[in-house]
Amino acid sequence: MSTTLPGYHELELDAEGFLQKPEQWNEELAVQIAHESGIPELTDKHWQVVRFMRDRFLTTGNAPSIRTLGKESGVAIKELYQLFPKGPAKLAAKIGGIPKPHGCI
Amino acid sequence: MSDTIEKVSIIISKGSLEGVYPGLIMANGARMEGIEANIFFTFFGMEAINSKHYEHLKVATVGNPGLHIPTMVGGLPGMSSFVTHQMEKQIAKLDIPPVPEFIQLIADSGAKLYACKASVDMFGLKRDDFIDELEDIITVGEFYQIASGGQIIFT
Repeated sequence: MSTTLPGYHELELDAEGFLQKPEQWNEELAVQIAHESGIPELTDKHWQVVRFMRDRFLTTGNAPSIRTLGKESGVAIKELYQLFPKGPAKLAAKIGGIPKPHGCI
Repeated sequence: MSDTIEKVSIIISKGSLEGVYPGLIMANGARMEGIEANIFFTFFGMEAINSKHYEHLKVATVGNPGLHIPTMVGGLPGMSSFVTHQMEKQIAKLDIPPVPEFIQLIADSGAKLYACKASVDMFGLKRDDFIDELEDIITVGEFYQIASGGQIIFT
């Protein structure tokens, strides 16, 4: 555990544990958030989705929908749900350190 | 009782565009939250899984006061197609997929799709009339078994 950086739970989080300041995110945090969200190990595929989600949010200001994730992240819907059984868009956003997506789709 | 919803079983009973979408959005929304989801298509709701019809669902322009179109006007030829087209444009703008793509998305998300046996028999339909993603044709009793332990939503 790093002693110089504040830990995940010391950061500004919403009630569900989503980072409120994306700039506070780093890869170690991602691993910890994933672990606490029931994903014991982040594979390359996980990272691909998490990075897509985060990059899209940082460039457009909006988190992509599940439809866009399935079409553009390079990982199909079925596999997205295998990687993130508790909700791909939601979990990839959480692990990627961006606010919870607000769309219904 | 648990304070989180773990499973929903959604009944779609209407075959108009506006009758089908709410149930699909709720099912997809459930899966996005990691909630287990089943959809039971009954009566005209089966239009949404009928491989010949599901691309061509229409908004009901007669008997639909929410549209604020007088009934006699709503019945004019082409009215339903026109309003459907307008609504489809709005739906696309919100990044909501057309019905066939939405059904595929929901099936791929792990939700299970079922048709109602009584309705299938009543309309004289067969398994071949439905999309491949249909899990099974089941009785009401089987539906209640599948829905057991979760919430049931009728649309």
